[in-house]
Amino acid sequence: MIPELGNFSLILAFCLASLLVIIPMAGAITNNQLWMSLSRPLSTGIWVFMALSFACLAYAFLNDDFSVNYVARNSNSLLPDRYKFAAVWGGHEGSLLLWVLILACWSYAVSLFSKNLPMDILARVLSVMGIIIVAFLLFMLLTSNPFERTLLNTPLDGGDLNPLLQDFGLIVHPPFLYMGYVGFSVAFAFAIAALLSGRLDAAWARWTRPWTNAAWAFLSIGIALGSWWAYYELGWGGWWFWDPVENVSFMPWLVGTALIHSLAVTEKRGVFKSWTVLLAIAAFSLSLLGAFIVRSGVLTSVHAFAVDPERGMVLLTIMLIVIGSSLLLYAIRAPVVKGSASYTLTSREVFLLINNIILVVATAAVLLGTLYPLIHEAIYGEANRVSIGPPYFNTVFVPLMGLLAFVLGIGTFSRWKRTSVAYLKQQLSKILIASLAFGIIIPVIVTSEFNISAIVAVVLALWIVFSIAKDIFDKTSNKETFIKGLKALSLSYLGMQFAHFGMAVTILGVCLTSHYSVERDVRLAPGESEIIGSYEFVFEGATLQQGPNYQADRAVIQVLRNGEDYITLEPEKRLYFATGAVQTEAGIDVGLFRDLFTALGDERGDGSWVVRIHYKPFVLWIWLGALFMAFGGVLAITDKRYRSKKIISDSKETTKVKANRSTKPELVAQS
Amino acid sequence: MNKRALLIIPGVFFMLMLGLLLFGLGRNPSMVPSALTNRPLPEFSLPSLNYGSIQDISQVSTEDLKGGISIINFWATWCPPCHIEHPYLVEISEREQELTFIGVNYKDDLDEARLFLEEKGSPFEKVIIDLNGRLGIDFGLAGAPETFIVDSAGIIRYRHVGVINHQIWEETFEPVISRIN
Repeated sequence: MIPELGNFSLILAFCLASLLVIIPMAGAITNNQLWMSLSRPLSTGIWVFMALSFACLAYAFLNDDFSVNYVARNSNSLLPDRYKFAAVWGGHEGSLLLWVLILACWSYAVSLFSKNLPMDILARVLSVMGIIIVAFLLFMLLTSNPFERTLLNTPLDGGDLNPLLQDFGLIVHPPFLYMGYVGFSVAFAFAIAALLSGRLDAAWARWTRPWTNAAWAFLSIGIALGSWWAYYELGWGGWWFWDPVENVSFMPWLVGTALIHSLAVTEKRGVFKSWTVLLAIAAFSLSLLGAFIVRSGVLTSVHAFAVDPERGMVLLTIMLIVIGSSLLLYAIRAPVVKGSASYTLTSREVFLLINNIILVVATAAVLLGTLYPLIHEAIYGEANRVSIGPPYFNTVFVPLMGLLAFVLGIGTFSRWKRTSVAYLKQQLSKILIASLAFGIIIPVIVTSEFNISAIVAVVLALWIVFSIAKDIFDKTSNKETFIKGLKALSLSYLGMQFAHFGMAVTILGVCLTSHYSVERDVRLAPGESEIIGSYEFVFEGATLQQGPNYQADRAVIQVLRNGEDYITLEPEKRLYFATGAVQTEAGIDVGLFRDLFTALGDERGDGSWVVRIHYKPFVLWIWLGALFMAFGGVLAITDKRYRSKKIISDSKETTKVKANRSTKPELVAQS
Repeated sequence: MNKRALLIIPGVFFMLMLGLLLFGLGRNPSMVPSALTNRPLPEFSLPSLNYGSIQDISQVSTEDLKGGISIINFWATWCPPCHIEHPYLVEISEREQELTFIGVNYKDDLDEARLFLEEKGSPFEKVIIDLNGRLGIDFGLAGAPETFIVDSAGIIRYRHVGVINHQIWEETFEPVISRIN
């Protein structure tokens, strides 16, 4: 009964979404206030029924209802409850349900926090989101219904969740990632609404900014969680593999980052409008491309769901309709008139443009590398398949990020319209000298070796950090105390500096881990040990342990630091009963400046085991940086500007907008 | 140049990409590119398995595989898909007499492997024992079963991940083999 209720809710949500597509849009065209005002209750209704549907599937999982095919394939009666719940999104159908639920959440959020928005814009925005909801609900109902049942010959037990996914990472990674992915649909819908209404102005950019920041912050955390999960769950000690599925989550992030910066220019200076709209369309299009690549099996990947060309066909059709028509609309309606504001070569506008070019080129490089196997095969035939690995991506991507970090430092001090070169020189010369000096001296003293790549990384990170510090000190120096000065700074400014600081932290983490990690794969008998630096890893042997739905070989590795007891690590190798799959569970000692990573390999008879022991300096900083970036994004959303009761219009078109209906400050991040 | 014409570029780019993805959907996804494709076999010398009437336990090395087209199949008794593909392999090996079928028993219990082949029949001329998965690493194995086509010069020409059945044999293996010939 409950699964039928879930299915029925899906159908109701589909009906409401169809109405959302038609009525408010028709209202916006005919200027019918009543029709437009239906957009809010319809979005609420869709959200309620999607949440109900999701709850029904979760109920089926928690109660081991194996008559539901999807539950039978992705759960097992022995699975702990928290994983039963997370298994709701452990396969194709359920993760699609989560995708649409999150889309419904975003459109509900737009309807809640839109008191400032003119009704016709709101109606169009929600209608566009309705189109996406309709498309994906249709896809789900026709090809991937999670509520399909087998009522005769119901399986006695389920096939179990993929062991890789039985982890805390699965519980949190996909929801965050989808919040980010799908969140770009809001910026997309705003862009389409602006193109449709012809009101592509500063107000549009201001409405879009907090939503873009929110989606971007979620995506930053989602990607970081995925990377961290791979690090401790896959047992290779790697944290990024340039796998197609990682790439498709990274591309919307890169374009989203470009969009955040481009929106700033459009809001403040009213230029780059067409470019900003294109980025908003591109960010969400890349999210759709991600959904396609993960779910169609078109590229081989460790993450891909079950391969099904039919689903791929439907998704391709959705992409054709949604992206194709928006790009057509773009070609017809995007403004070609140059923005009226003027700026010079060393203005902030230009530095942000350079930022955009670098990020878009980086995205294009990642896209090319991801799709290259397909391009190659289309040209040279099936027999000559190639796979593109980390060497390509690192060669192209790393220098671009270096350049980005360099421009970031200069951009911090640049001003709108024009910045004199002399001023930039005066601001930056000391920072350049200081970052060069410390950046070269510190790594050489600490490691007593001259590693040029590591030095470049440290110099660039210090370059960013010093310019942030100098800028903040300059901006607070006119107040009596530093704290008072800080309080006077706007939250969006502090958010920006936090995010930039996060970038420096991530650069350090990525580069120092890559260059200074020590990795050993050794064969150890009980009592034997391996020494890395001041740490000694003593292998005490492995014993068999019983888990709820698996049994594990658990090794005990006693770690000594400078000859004294430090910590005991217990890496595991698990055999899951239902699927017979083997899964490693790394034993890690997390530290701010270094991780000690151990993973258990194969037994080699006579009680000895192959043990993987890594010493990874600064690896935590990779994800710490992402946290700073996300925090910066959230901080910027809370800026008062976005909560102002009236729209302060700086263009003629918006002056006719009646926007003072707001009763209290509303537009805050729903994080 | 008309500025509006420039705005069509993203659309054109998108349509090209869509065409590429459509092409990608139509192809066979279980054929995996291997870093080893069109490269020589990795050097190895490993013991072979004695079972049933075959009591020869001499070492098998890279050299032994040259001189004809061989099909190298990684399998194990612990791998359910290997049980599924086994009858097909037996049938195909009986039909394709000019090919040399070599099994690699991958990280397996040797007694169980013997029992398996004695009970179900063996498609293999020789079975190489890869007890610790060393050879699997050299072949870049993702899991069992995987099957490689090696030409007479000892060059790996094709890698297939997953189960082999009649359809897959006809649609992917036969074209590669006839091209080598």
